[in-house]
Amino acid sequence: MKQHRTHLLVCAGTGCVSCGSFKIKEALEQEVLKRNLQDEVLVVATGCNGFCERGPILLVQPDGIFYQRLKVEDIPHLVEEHFLKGRPVKKLMYVPPAKKEPIPKMKDIEFFKHQRLIVLRNRGRIDPEKIEEYIGFDGYEAMGKALTEMTPEAIIAEITASGLRGRGGAGFPTGKKWEACRREKARPKYLICNGDEGDPGAFMDRSVLEADPHAILEGMVIGAKAIGAEKGFIYIRNEYPLALQRVEIAIGQARAYGLLGKDILGTGFDFDLEIVQGAGAFVSGEESALMASVEGRIAMPRQRPPYPAQQGLWKKPTTINNVETWATVPNIIRRGAKWFAGLGTETSKGTKIFSLVGKINNTGLVEVPMGITLKDIVYGIGGGIPGGHEFKAVQIGGPSGGCIPRKLLDLPVDYESLTEAGAMMGSGGMIVMDDKTCMVDIAKYFMNFLRDESCGKCVSCREGTQRMYEIVTAITEGKGRESDLALLEELAQTCKDASMCGLGQTAANPILSTLRYFRHEYEAHITDKRCPAGVCKALIRYLVIAEKCTGCLSCKNACPTQAIKGTRSDIHSIDQSKCIKCGACLEACHFDAIETRRDEAIQII
Amino acid sequence: MITFRMNNLTVQAEPGSTVLETARFYGLKIPTLCYHEGLTPWGGCRLCVVEIGEGARAKLVSSCTYPAEEGLVVRTDTKRVWAARRMMVELMLAMAPGSKVLQDIASEFGVTQVRFKPKNEECVLCGLCVRMCAEQMDAKAIGFQSRGHKRKIATPFDIKSPECRLCGGCIYICPACQLRCQGPQAETALCNGCLTMAPTCLDHYDDLQCWMYDNGQCGTCVREKSAAGK
Repeated sequence: MKQHRTHLLVCAGTGCVSCGSFKIKEALEQEVLKRNLQDEVLVVATGCNGFCERGPILLVQPDGIFYQRLKVEDIPHLVEEHFLKGRPVKKLMYVPPAKKEPIPKMKDIEFFKHQRLIVLRNRGRIDPEKIEEYIGFDGYEAMGKALTEMTPEAIIAEITASGLRGRGGAGFPTGKKWEACRREKARPKYLICNGDEGDPGAFMDRSVLEADPHAILEGMVIGAKAIGAEKGFIYIRNEYPLALQRVEIAIGQARAYGLLGKDILGTGFDFDLEIVQGAGAFVSGEESALMASVEGRIAMPRQRPPYPAQQGLWKKPTTINNVETWATVPNIIRRGAKWFAGLGTETSKGTKIFSLVGKINNTGLVEVPMGITLKDIVYGIGGGIPGGHEFKAVQIGGPSGGCIPRKLLDLPVDYESLTEAGAMMGSGGMIVMDDKTCMVDIAKYFMNFLRDESCGKCVSCREGTQRMYEIVTAITEGKGRESDLALLEELAQTCKDASMCGLGQTAANPILSTLRYFRHEYEAHITDKRCPAGVCKALIRYLVIAEKCTGCLSCKNACPTQAIKGTRSDIHSIDQSKCIKCGACLEACHFDAIETRRDEAIQII
Repeated sequence: MITFRMNNLTVQAEPGSTVLETARFYGLKIPTLCYHEGLTPWGGCRLCVVEIGEGARAKLVSSCTYPAEEGLVVRTDTKRVWAARRMMVELMLAMAPGSKVLQDIASEFGVTQVRFKPKNEECVLCGLCVRMCAEQMDAKAIGFQSRGHKRKIATPFDIKSPECRLCGGCIYICPACQLRCQGPQAETALCNGCLTMAPTCLDHYDDLQCWMYDNGQCGTCVREKSAAGK
């Protein structure tokens, strides 16, 4: 095998690809050829590094030097300086916010320093399209162990002892789920990998599918042995083309190596996998809806029992787990339940991947041990809030999760604490909000998403989300009434109580949690007709600050409704009757001369 | 036979039967709308919810779809159940205020006001017609379209379905197609006139057997009186 002195690991996760990382890779390869370095330097496309905000990312190994926000024009200089002359290029390195000195090494960057990589252990270091690289990092070792040395009972005992809980959101103990399916007599049995990730702002599953598809395959073979399944399905949403492509390649390679299909590793054990492309409904992530979708019917949940373990796909025993859960399994088998159980808290073991997005400096994907406090995630890894703004809340668990306020920043992140605080683990989306965010507006946003994505079967969910959206919209428009809050609470409670599936039962969480922690904001909208954050258009107005205005005409030119009056070097004024509150003037002004007035009651006609 | 507890009674059910069927067999009343004996249970209207389990783990499930299980604990009429049912009636009434079936259920549960803006859609998406067409008429000419708040019942591609034989099965089974109650307050339609059969207007006019439960408010007797006076 050819040895190279330097490996250039170009991130090829969806985030970096959309910033042009394939072009960067191409440019690097060309430049390396041009300088005749092809025998010394190897360019590799890897899975997502997680620091998507800084893409395209290049990691130079073995030095561990981290380059970010690369452009094609930087490449010739970079190759010449670093890989020819051995002088790392400082201006392409990461500079933490509010600091001047760049940090050259990946392991010293706050964002990476506090993470604990288990599921994402291969991210940014192997080429996900090459099975050899996965095997090189102990890949398929756990599968070999499970197939040759362990009985199905021993595998389940190991998973149970590790305390692994489903990473899809509900946190059901995985060992228990497998055990229930194993006990069933009916044949054949099926496995499903749930990769229908629909939460806005969440991309954990996509990243695992893209960065380490073989880990999922390996986990599923181990699961198949434990449960006695012959066939598995990987359900991936259609919106993830790169993930689909990489999993397909991975399945092909595993089959060619005898790691999937008939007589795996010569043990006589048969198991094969098939990819199912999802049709893009949020509700397809619910297990019974997902199974309906695999069968070719409308993705609509059904009543449980019978549970999937008893009657799942085509009424046969089925085990369905999330992408992250399957990818965790090989690690537990390889390193032992004791090691895994040593991580995390009393009830929540191991690590969890979160996608950290919103008003935060370091946007990206992080894997942290369970039990870490929110503060450590937001201020440690996340690097705090940009622009000197205050942290207000963090929305955890996707659309049906809840908002956790500032006073609970010391909350440990585990299944129980989050549920108690009115949010949920969900699949692991974390949306950080600053003081410029209106919580009623956030509730409205999520209710709008949910009223679109409810399957429409249960009255409580279909009508409930629609009516909650209507009420919250009326409140943001200043048309709220005193009685609205009680009605909203009653409606939210019934939606939670009476709906059939997980979507409906949690659909009221955005309302319930914002009402619980930010009731004063609702009250301000209803009684004072005031939006404290200055977001709700009907409750604010834009004014020109006469002292600051230079009369440059920028705002006048930007205004789509010609609501701004004034000539050059004359102080402008805004005609409120024409203003549609689009905020274009605010953005156009170079002198901060436009203010958002929100502290007085505004008459709503 | 499966043995479980319902409303503190020990009940028995055939394997494969549902909680609703068992309750009806024992004469316990559970309201339904999207349920029909001849069709597969759907569980969409959520009127038939009952509370199962005890303590913190108690939850509401639709009894029409929940199978009778050994050792199950069911309560058909708790505060939580009633709160849910009343809200369901209110939500559905806001969709189709004209449905007599819904008005009757509303009366039964004492729902006297609808706090939501009426939609006047005349359809509550209970899916009875879809199942009727598919299961009894073997036609599958109509089905659900879209999801969430855009959901509706329609023929494929919104054109006349060649499968449809105009049998009228869908109209026959529809709970919302029936004409609204022509009681004294036909416009607001929630007079609760059917709530009780005790004549309540005897103080006002005892010649007319009026059961509108309206304490002389509806004005019928006044009109009758003045007509009689003439």
